[in-house]
Amino acid sequence: MSPFSCIIRRDLLLAFRRRSDVFNTLVFFIIVVSLFPLGVGPEPNQLRAMAPGVIWVAALLASMLALNRLFATDFADGTLEQMVLAPEPLFLLVIAKVIAHWLVTGLPLVLIAPVLGIQFDMPTDALLVMAASLILGTPVLSLIGAVGAALTLGVRGGGVLVALLVLPLYVPVLVFGAGAVVASGAGLSAQAHLLLIGASLALSLVLSPWATAMALRISLD
Amino acid sequence: MLEADRLECVRGDRTLFRGLSFSVAPTQLLHLAGANGSGKTSLLRILCGLLSPVHGEVRWDGQPISSLREEYAARLLYIGHANALKDELTALENLEIGGTLAGRQCTAKAALDALDELGVGRCAHLPVRTLSQGQRRRVSLARLALGAGNENAARLWILDEPFAALDAAAVAHLEHLILRHVTTGGMAVLTTHQPLGIAIVGMFRIELEYEMEPAR
Repeated sequence: MSPFSCIIRRDLLLAFRRRSDVFNTLVFFIIVVSLFPLGVGPEPNQLRAMAPGVIWVAALLASMLALNRLFATDFADGTLEQMVLAPEPLFLLVIAKVIAHWLVTGLPLVLIAPVLGIQFDMPTDALLVMAASLILGTPVLSLIGAVGAALTLGVRGGGVLVALLVLPLYVPVLVFGAGAVVASGAGLSAQAHLLLIGASLALSLVLSPWATAMALRISLD
Repeated sequence: MLEADRLECVRGDRTLFRGLSFSVAPTQLLHLAGANGSGKTSLLRILCGLLSPVHGEVRWDGQPISSLREEYAARLLYIGHANALKDELTALENLEIGGTLAGRQCTAKAALDALDELGVGRCAHLPVRTLSQGQRRRVSLARLALGAGNENAARLWILDEPFAALDAAAVAHLEHLILRHVTTGGMAVLTTHQPLGIAIVGMFRIELEYEMEPAR
């Protein structure tokens, strides 16, 4: 087995043995999204109008909540040093970690979101577009978040700092993601928005692992 | 061959050492000694390439390690004072993952043998969470026994306090492992506060002084 797949397998195994961590993110997402219809009232038009924004904001916060676990435990138990010293380019191992992280924290959100969308009386087309925008957008959140998590490693109060660092970079994903769903709800094509999220995915896939690897080396120095 | 050339290390506002040069050739063992806070761990991390020195450089076979990176990493085995074990995984899983990550194809059989050699074969299928401090250290050190004698085995061992938390039997065993590694053409750098029970020709000792002098 290559070190790349070894890291993915290890992180999935760890997530499986620490299931409560995984459920935390998912439960947070479900609770936030479900509270809105209760708080705002059952007016269908209003709910339909706010659904894309609410679901996307909740997904964004949920994925940020999971960020501090990305490297913190590896840093504390010394595995991170071993990853840096592995005879494998560090950015590859970072990609492996981000993939595992997304499978554990991002993918469940993508799968549950259409079900939650029903609470907002969203039409089927909009539900599909939302799933598509989330499946393209949540990996971007994980990739960008990895840079922030790596930079704030070992810093006290790192949680708040990550939010400050990462949120501005999350905004474009939020705008295009929610925009895609709004557009499809209004009967327009969501293609442009989805393409833009795809472009940010391609861009962050190239830049973020490299930046994360640099940040990890600095954090260990 | 590992060469350190006029290394200087500053942590916080204190210079830990300056102008430190030495070299470790095959069949040599360097024992780093010094008081707590004298910079032993920092020096080991510099030798690994985890930390960059303020001045000077570390060379491997004549080339700076900063330019070799992965090539140097393949020759190196570092065990820090953190055990690099995952509490939720079993001893065997930990060792297999550690071995694979270090680029050494690692079968379950080889990992079990290595655990046996360190006397923790019985705990192979227990989560590391349930092991004692000394047993964890043994599991971590089992990486040294993994693939020993293999041609792609690590040539340079850098060990930070390897004897901490070990009982007398394990200490003797580890000394035997280090001896075998060094006499078969390996190199080792280690720190310890205990007197070393290894006596070979290639062993030398560097004592780091605790300097109070602030950085310039």
